[in-house]
Amino acid sequence: MNQHSPLAASNFLSRMIRVVLASGCLALGLATTQPSFANKANDTLGMAYDQAPENIDPYFNNVRIGVIIAANVWDTLVYRDPLTNEYKGQLAKSWKQIDPRTLEFDLREGIKFHNGEDFDADSVVFTLNYVSDPANKATTQANVRWIEKVEKIDQFKVRIISKEPFPAAIDYLSTTLAIHPAKYYKEVGPAGMNAKPVGSGPYKIIEYLPGKSVTLERNANYFKDSPKAAGKIGKVKIRFIPDRQTQMAEVMSGGEDLIMHVPKDQAEKLKSLPHLQVLSGNTMRIVFLQMNTREGTPAPELQDIRVRKAIAHAIDREAILKNIVGGGEMINTICTPSQVGCSSDGAPIYKYDPALSKKLLAEAGFANGLSIDIMAYRERQQTEAMINYLQAVGIKAKLGFMQYAAMRDLARANKTSLTHQTWGSNLVNDVSASTPVYFGGGSDDVSRDPEVIALLNKGDNTIDPDERKKIYNKALVMISEKAYALPLWSLPVYYVANKDLNFKPYHDELVRFWEMTWK
Amino acid sequence: MLAYLLKRLGLAVLVALTVSIIAYMLLYLSGDPALAIAGEGARQADIDLIRKTYGFDRPIIVQYGDWLLKLVKGDLGTSMYFKTDVAPLIFSKLSTTLLLALYALAFALLISVPLGVLAAIYKNSWIDRACLAVAVVGQAMPNFFFALILIMLFSISWRMLPVSGSDTWQHFVMPAITLGYYAAPAFMRLIRAGMIEVLSADYIRTARAKGLPTHTVIFKHALRNAIVPVVALAAVQLGFLLGGSIVIETIFALDGLGYLAYQSITFKDYPVTQIIVLLLSVIYILLTLASDLANAWLDPRIRVA
Repeated sequence: MNQHSPLAASNFLSRMIRVVLASGCLALGLATTQPSFANKANDTLGMAYDQAPENIDPYFNNVRIGVIIAANVWDTLVYRDPLTNEYKGQLAKSWKQIDPRTLEFDLREGIKFHNGEDFDADSVVFTLNYVSDPANKATTQANVRWIEKVEKIDQFKVRIISKEPFPAAIDYLSTTLAIHPAKYYKEVGPAGMNAKPVGSGPYKIIEYLPGKSVTLERNANYFKDSPKAAGKIGKVKIRFIPDRQTQMAEVMSGGEDLIMHVPKDQAEKLKSLPHLQVLSGNTMRIVFLQMNTREGTPAPELQDIRVRKAIAHAIDREAILKNIVGGGEMINTICTPSQVGCSSDGAPIYKYDPALSKKLLAEAGFANGLSIDIMAYRERQQTEAMINYLQAVGIKAKLGFMQYAAMRDLARANKTSLTHQTWGSNLVNDVSASTPVYFGGGSDDVSRDPEVIALLNKGDNTIDPDERKKIYNKALVMISEKAYALPLWSLPVYYVANKDLNFKPYHDELVRFWEMTWK
Repeated sequence: MLAYLLKRLGLAVLVALTVSIIAYMLLYLSGDPALAIAGEGARQADIDLIRKTYGFDRPIIVQYGDWLLKLVKGDLGTSMYFKTDVAPLIFSKLSTTLLLALYALAFALLISVPLGVLAAIYKNSWIDRACLAVAVVGQAMPNFFFALILIMLFSISWRMLPVSGSDTWQHFVMPAITLGYYAAPAFMRLIRAGMIEVLSADYIRTARAKGLPTHTVIFKHALRNAIVPVVALAAVQLGFLLGGSIVIETIFALDGLGYLAYQSITFKDYPVTQIIVLLLSVIYILLTLASDLANAWLDPRIRVA
């Protein structure tokens, strides 16, 4: 019961409403004075990415954005042209193979790092010797462990000696092995390099707030002979935004100009916005369905080749590729098609044939079907599509969806049956960085076929290119014939960018700021 | 009072300890930390080396004991991901989270006090129901969903506020509203109940009889008394807001403790996750303790119970 007059109450109510409205208007009025956005008008490209690198030093992080920053801020001895896959001299003028384990490089003169330090043989010798020493605990061990030592011949000549004959060396030197300024790096180490990064690339880092943002500025003194061009856009600000919806909201609202790894369906929705462009490209990341045939596998059925082939024929790869993956390309061997040594000549192509699949299952004694586990850690829609196809031929696949580390843990402990794997080869455009990881007898190999292992080992250490290709082809065909894994497809990547931006995606997923311009 | 204080303090320490043990064990269930650190391209030898270097090969109880012992000595450990000391890392993020929690609390009070007062004055009328509806929506709607609606309206449609970041006060508007709205209903109900009780008290009747204006009676005489329990609740809610900002900070990319927690969980950065969990639980426990003690001081009956 109200204990006061209705008139007083209605006065009170209207007064309250006025106060609330007034404060609301005030808040909105103040809010319209927003901070400056990254955009064409400010000559600042804004990019959002979901993961923050733990350290900006390229040898001490293993996230994609770290690789992107490295390519823009640092230079490598050699540069791999993303269109022709041709190797061009970057910090090196030329190079030659002295013997199967030794490469000799003639270096360019007159190049300066962002802090003014000169580039010469010492830069190469110190950087590569430092990062390849396990005691210095580089995060990207897979990229540096092949190096035995690096020697200075004179001020602009060095020799890189590998532990074993290593045909893929040039590719590693063209993508992941950035060169640091020797004096500075010796003085500050990886921690100092992270606090104040110094490279020689087309962009330099002017501000780095760990976990939050990195701001790059055009390097006006970038050497003109570089196969990378000098940057045109004044500044690039990369912000770390973990939530994809927020990233999308940022490009929709004009807060950021570029995002990547946007799921296909969402990218397509953004296409309808007049100020945005959606671009997609193929990537080096391949997808395959691994089948555990090791001794003690939780699914002994898989040791029967008929069951493995039944699984391969049950899945309509073309339909999934077209409708769910949307981009990318079909693969028939377990390697990235652009990689040196990757081929599918002579490999069987597993056509979608559910009748054949059922027949094979019946022959193997599973006329009434069977139950099996399938593990996955990303691209869940693809896994679910495969599960549906398997169900249709009588294979009941139970999904275990988990973090990558957890799945790998199970695989190494011989506790997986089917695994939906993906592999990006750490950007290395050579088969030695892909197939041997899963079939070369290492801890991620769940088939452990001695014949395959021997062939892959031989391929890894064969210098003659044609001979090497032949050996790898034999191994790749054997893996497909024995259906140790079903090759699926390569993954596409979708980018959403402001229409003001001239931007081109490449299959190595490197975002080349130095090529970009405003329209 | 002293016995009560000691008992409550002892209990608080036990709760903090239990939380830290549970958090430690749960983290280990989510996968091998050595594998997570090594990343996709690592070989078994690298992983074994990491496992040994970080001491993951020891029994978990030994690892926990070691961690606790160092903590007591003031060593908060080193972040496995960012490779820096945990203490400065966490304290550098604390201000953003604290600011967000305070803004959110202010927003919660800003809407819950008028709504609570209105609901009490117009008890059981449509106004009361409307206020209740506003409160129920706040509590029922998932905050990430509410956040997206705000972003849709204020950033994409009207372009009034930046979507994400923590550089200016504008960046805090939507996160504070999202977080504060969720906390508001509890305040509103408490104020409504308090006001209803106070408004029926004798001294209010006296104040009205003296011919004082309605707003003076409501704000000066009634609300002042009804708001006392709200202060105690605000202390507890502040703890909740500090800990509850993980989702909000992640959505709005606010560079605070919640975002750091999200990152450290993603990268299995145990030392950081562990300290954040402990810090937040200690803050929560302390605030709850403070509110309990305040209540006990105000109301002697609680001390005996």
